[in-house]
Amino acid sequence: MNLAELQKLKEKAQKQVALREGNKKYRVVVSMGTSGIAAGARDVMKTMLDEIEKRGLADVEVRVTGEIGLEDVEPVIRVERADGEQTTYARLDAEKARKIVAEHLAHDTPVENLAVGKEKKP
Amino acid sequence: MIRAHCLVCAGAGCISSGGNALKDALSNELQVRGLDEEIRVVETGCMGPCDLGPVMLVHPDGTFYQRVTALDVPKLVEEHFIKGRPYQPLLPKDEVTTAAVNTQRDFGFFAKQQKIVLENCGTIDPENIQEYIARDGYRALGDVLSGLKPAQVIAEIKAAGLRGRGGAGFPTGVKWELTAKNPVTPRYVICNADEGDPGAFMNRAVLEGDPHKIIEGMTIGGYAMGANHGYIYIRAEYPLAVKRLQIAIAQAYELGLLGKNLFSSGFDFDLELRIGAGAFVCGEETALMRSIEGRRGQPQPRPPFPAQRGLWGKPTNINNVETWATVPIVMRRGAQWYSQIGTAKSKGTKVFALAGKIKNTGLAEVPYGTTLREIIFGIGGGVPNGKKFKAVQTGGPSGGVVPEQHLDTPVDYDTLQALGSIMGSGGMVIMDEDSCMVDVARFFLEFCCDESCGKCPPCRVGTRQLLNILDRISHGEGELEDLDRLEELAQMVKDASLCGLGQTAPNPVLTTLRYFRDEYLAHIVEKRCPARVCKDLLHFTIQDEKCVGCSVCARQCPVDTIFKVGGQKKYYILEDECIHCGSCVDSCKFDAIVKASDGEGHVTPQRPAVLERPPGRKPTSLVTA
Ligand SMILES: Cc1cc2nc3c(=O)[nH]c(=O)nc-3n(C[C@H](O)[C@H](O)[C@H](O)COP(=O)(O)O)c2cc1C
Repeated sequence: MNLAELQKLKEKAQKQVALREGNKKYRVVVSMGTSGIAAGARDVMKTMLDEIEKRGLADVEVRVTGEIGLEDVEPVIRVERADGEQTTYARLDAEKARKIVAEHLAHDTPVENLAVGKEKKP
Repeated sequence: MIRAHCLVCAGAGCISSGGNALKDALSNELQVRGLDEEIRVVETGCMGPCDLGPVMLVHPDGTFYQRVTALDVPKLVEEHFIKGRPYQPLLPKDEVTTAAVNTQRDFGFFAKQQKIVLENCGTIDPENIQEYIARDGYRALGDVLSGLKPAQVIAEIKAAGLRGRGGAGFPTGVKWELTAKNPVTPRYVICNADEGDPGAFMNRAVLEGDPHKIIEGMTIGGYAMGANHGYIYIRAEYPLAVKRLQIAIAQAYELGLLGKNLFSSGFDFDLELRIGAGAFVCGEETALMRSIEGRRGQPQPRPPFPAQRGLWGKPTNINNVETWATVPIVMRRGAQWYSQIGTAKSKGTKVFALAGKIKNTGLAEVPYGTTLREIIFGIGGGVPNGKKFKAVQTGGPSGGVVPEQHLDTPVDYDTLQALGSIMGSGGMVIMDEDSCMVDVARFFLEFCCDESCGKCPPCRVGTRQLLNILDRISHGEGELEDLDRLEELAQMVKDASLCGLGQTAPNPVLTTLRYFRDEYLAHIVEKRCPARVCKDLLHFTIQDEKCVGCSVCARQCPVDTIFKVGGQKKYYILEDECIHCGSCVDSCKFDAIVKASDGEGHVTPQRPAVLERPPGRKPTSLVTA
């Protein structure tokens, strides 16, 4: 073992525990109320998890929450950026979910035509 | 992708309250619901609030759940992991507002602590070296071996102001230097993991929860002192800690973090476990070394100190678990940073084990200088069941009691000593108004008397005689002169004993005499135990006007001394035969039985003319008496 090897090991290991440290750039919040689940929110979330993993995006965490308040346009997710920018996406399906990962989370460009709301929180 | 980590506490406390069953149920439930690829279950070391166990922490939400049983799991998984709502029934409640506390950050027990030694306990999986490395583990060792000379390491430890956590608070850097400067080789380093104080479990938390920190600390110490061999002396009563240490040591060898030529520096270090049989005196360093050598664990006179002539006659440095665990942190973050925490003479943080009459039994890490009040009430939540705080025993059986009027004392080595107690290894046993201070002194003294190795007469005979006097007093047979005898004998035992056991054993007696002399006087002069603990000074009486004649107490009485009053629906206790066990009081639903200690003013209620055997009880000779 030398210092460089230790550093490499650390970087690899950090991925295992990073989730416990918080401070991610992106937080995806999936609305998992009864209506969300009925409309397919779990599929949307699973697709996103899958896509995030495939792309190796380390700076994203995914949480679930109760109703966000948009029951009639479920499945709904909110993408929160660390600087306070929040984008809400509605009427999602697996394909749209992949697109959001590919464009918004991987390349920092919100998918404007899927977004139903955008605001900046301090 | 894993979206959540569910950290289940696998410290000894939570395991004994059902943590393993919880973990199995959780893993099973996640699998059944097809969530096992989204959510990972991680077993961690002690999170601290042992009384609330089994406890569990969910990331990234930071939700803390308490008293989670296997039966709660289906609902919890449904609510938290599927619907994304914290499962309300298992959230802690705020002390003041009683509102549910949603995240660990907001829970007073955690919010008021500063975790340095315990930084990884309850956060990482102690059986996985990767997780330790992820949190900068072995980084300090790598840097030390790649860039610092041994003398520079010692200088850093000195500059940090690190003091030994085993009890006496001796400056660690100074001790290291003594060993390093001894030209004799080989030299040894030892970790004292004997932790024998009743009510202390802070070392266990580190051993179980972050074993690699100890290994890293000892390796750094070995390098600084030119020792290539280390021993961890751990008590057999800590089987989980032993297991985790064994795993950790094997993993460190596998990655080349123990063994030959570490970090290509040419420095070799080997580490072994030695299991002790759990004798308190084997925590004393000279006895401990003899025990490692395979001999009877009895203390030796010092000097020679271990640094001069230690294990197998060679220079040896012994430090406590918490001391060793602090070393990598000091080296990683620097003496400059470390020495800003704490007080002028006591640097850094200390882990305290809260036990006894306190709401949040468990571990609390705070900087030196935090007041007793903040630790006991702020973090510990104070005394449960609306009772009044009476005193806290610090420093285990070698320490003393500190009464209420000194609660605002900032805790460090010197302040506690000024109060007649000691810091010791960090045990705190909290006592409320129901604790009798004569009985408390008796309890701790009896422990030392039992654990005395018998080598030197002041300790062997002296503690026994002290105990005899205390026994007399608690039986109501004490006399005023006993107080002087206690003080004189206590001083003699302190001055003349060979090792720390005898030198400190009288502390509980002396401090209770100093702060609670009135309780001793009540026992001696009035034959009364104000806290109603000392059995021989108690009387149990059934109040006629409250007794409904249900016979429950009579059925509970183990010595058949409760009788039915002839011709009435009342019961009566024949005092002569009563053994004062109190089971009648506990069994009475009508609060009709009074436990009192009225001393000589006690009057036995008039014995009824006819006593009848309670229904369903065998006849006894007393009935006809
Ligand atoms: C009776 C007795 C029991 C002791 N038990 C322990 C113990 O369980 N753990 C411990 O670290 N030190 C214990 N000590 C103190 C050790 O002798 C020694 O001072 C200590 O391990 C040094 O470590 P430190 O410099 O890191 O504090 C005990 C001392 C006495 C007299």
